[in-house]
Amino acid sequence: MGELKVKEKDVVVPGEVLANGMDFLPGEGVYREKDDLIASKLGLVNVNGRLVKLIPLSGRYIAKAGDTVIGEVVDITFGGWLMNIGAVNNANLSIKDTSEYIGRDADLTQYYNFGDIVCVKINKVIRSKMIDITTKDQECRKLKGGMLIKINPSKVPRVIGKGGSMVSMIKEVTGCRITVGQNGVVWVSGTDSKKEKLARDVIKKIEKEAHREGLTEKIKEFLKK
Amino acid sequence: MAYTKRLDGRKFDEMREIEGKVGVVKNADGSAMFKFGDTVAIAAVYGPKDLYPRFMQNPKKGKLRCYYDMISFSVNERKRPGPDRRSNEIGLVTEKSLTPVLSLENYPNAVVDVFVQIVQANAGTRCAGICAASLALADAGLDMKDLVCAVSAGVVDGKVLIDIDKYEEDVEGMTDIPIAILPRTGEVSLLQLDGKVNREELKEALELVKKVSKKIHNAQKKALQEKFK
Repeated sequence: MGELKVKEKDVVVPGEVLANGMDFLPGEGVYREKDDLIASKLGLVNVNGRLVKLIPLSGRYIAKAGDTVIGEVVDITFGGWLMNIGAVNNANLSIKDTSEYIGRDADLTQYYNFGDIVCVKINKVIRSKMIDITTKDQECRKLKGGMLIKINPSKVPRVIGKGGSMVSMIKEVTGCRITVGQNGVVWVSGTDSKKEKLARDVIKKIEKEAHREGLTEKIKEFLKK
Repeated sequence: MAYTKRLDGRKFDEMREIEGKVGVVKNADGSAMFKFGDTVAIAAVYGPKDLYPRFMQNPKKGKLRCYYDMISFSVNERKRPGPDRRSNEIGLVTEKSLTPVLSLENYPNAVVDVFVQIVQANAGTRCAGICAASLALADAGLDMKDLVCAVSAGVVDGKVLIDIDKYEEDVEGMTDIPIAILPRTGEVSLLQLDGKVNREELKEALELVKKVSKKIHNAQKKALQEKFK
């Protein structure tokens, strides 16, 4: 019979035995060796029925299809653009995946130039190395002005909050426009720098205290001051 | 005269005080400090990132690069900074001892850079460096099969000792055996030998290292868990 060796939400290190027996299945960040399930990453244990997986606590962003991310144009090729979205490898934005019509002989820099910050959606990921992105989505657009804040990708769900409660609260109080990318890049644009600064401080605070409970209440109090 | 008592009063199978700390270099993707008594190593990991020049990229597998150096004030007589014969060698053995645990096939065309700096040296620097580097790699969130625990064993006057310090290292005719072990399986990923040793002594040294590697592993685990408390 299988036996689980760790508890839910335990911090485990690479090489730690999480469970033994064939009753459990290895998920993300877990591998099987003979009968044992072993952690291959530093992370939090998450058990869902028979599936044992790890929520990574650090490291680069792992691209997932359907995520909305913010990236920077780093290269332009014949077929489109290469963008840095914080993953190990650059993502590819093909001409046919853009929202605008682009003619055959068009100069691609007129659409997205080097260094442009663009909000994009991940279309397809092959073996977590080749990342195909698109701008054919409502949220996708070029981001002009404002500031970028980088946080740990694993803390993004806390910044967004349940059903977007946290981010909409920050938007309400600071009056800034905010876009949160799943890759941990947050774009903030407000009418004046003071408000942008407040939004940045709040987001940094959320990142720092992400593991605490009752975070929304605490941030509410912080914003009142 | 046989070596019956160690200079600092330790038992023959007793290590110096060990300590690990994670997240010491702010700008790195992962970093760690590891201490064996007075020997202090700091490791910083950058990457995985694209490997340049392009012709070195391998679409099947990523690459690990290790750099080892002693800071000039780490030893009694100033060490001329920068790579030299000894640093290059230790950088290479660090790389070789860490490669078996890393799942580099998950990072094609990429490189992981590890920089190990010895801040304070009192023998056993390569072992402290390997311990720190393996912590830093885990902190950087890389895919790893296991951590790596390294410690140096030695033979002085026919006595097998663990975690030798500078005074013991300088004894005429002593043998230095740095060993790195993967704690879960007990596999050996580094075994160097400097001096003369017979079969029984080497066996005993390996047994001792296996025994104390549990302590090192616990210290490493504690350091990693402490960062996320």
